[in-house]
Amino acid sequence: MTITINHYLIVSFLLFSIGLLGVLVRRNFLTVLMSVELMMNAVNLNLIAFSRRLSDLTGQVFSVFVITIAAGEAAIGLALTIALFRQRKTLNIEEADTMRG
Amino acid sequence: MTGGVLLSGGAGAAFLIFAVLALAMAVAVVVARNPVHSALFLLASFLLVACIFILQQAEFVGAVQILVYAGGIMVLFLFVIMLVHQRTVKTAVTFQHQWDIALLFLLLFLAPFLYVLGTAKLPDVPANPDAFRMVDGRLLGNTEAVAWVLYRDYLLPFEVASVFLLVAMIGAVVLGKRSPERMD
Repeated sequence: MTITINHYLIVSFLLFSIGLLGVLVRRNFLTVLMSVELMMNAVNLNLIAFSRRLSDLTGQVFSVFVITIAAGEAAIGLALTIALFRQRKTLNIEEADTMRG
Repeated sequence: MTGGVLLSGGAGAAFLIFAVLALAMAVAVVVARNPVHSALFLLASFLLVACIFILQQAEFVGAVQILVYAGGIMVLFLFVIMLVHQRTVKTAVTFQHQWDIALLFLLLFLAPFLYVLGTAKLPDVPANPDAFRMVDGRLLGNTEAVAWVLYRDYLLPFEVASVFLLVAMIGAVVLGKRSPERMD
């Protein structure tokens, strides 16, 4: 079984699409955050695959940066979750509509 | 192993198994109704993706993935699920009515993806099995090689990332500690 860069791109695309569907389709704020993490993971998969394909370490270093950003994003997102729950007693993103978005 | 082939033989089969399992876990994250189940499926997905990283000779990134995602972020998620208990959060419908927009976005992404997949030609780099372990001409480990690139070529982004983490920490503390009567 030989694996080329195309297999990696397809897997990464599917993972990103699943995350995108989760962001758009789910109502629970926590699940939306988890879907964003899935999308970040898909990007990391691409970076690692291209790093290997081009024999260049830069991709691995960049994926470490992406993991850093994901950690900060998760911390802020979960703090927002707690703030939303304190104010509205709900995690349904459709009820957080003060700004009429 | 030529330049275009990333994995072959048993490693390729392992990649396929890990990839299919990771995708199945990702689908379960989106579909599960209970956030605790979603979080556990997400944990499994992270671990499987870490296995794929290690198959690609990215041992350091795989270890960071397990430590930061599976160790840090998942614990954070589970703590918040525990704090925000679901008794009051029950909603009649789990999914909102945005399937049409979601499918439109998917098609918008799918078209250029297939185009690039069909036409793009990568430069034919000869496979260098030691590329990720070579430090300054010496053969060391993957962690040393990543550190060499990170602290020599990307020192400024590294410092910016540390400032970003400080900002995120202060922001999370400020958002988390505000009392409900002061929020209006």
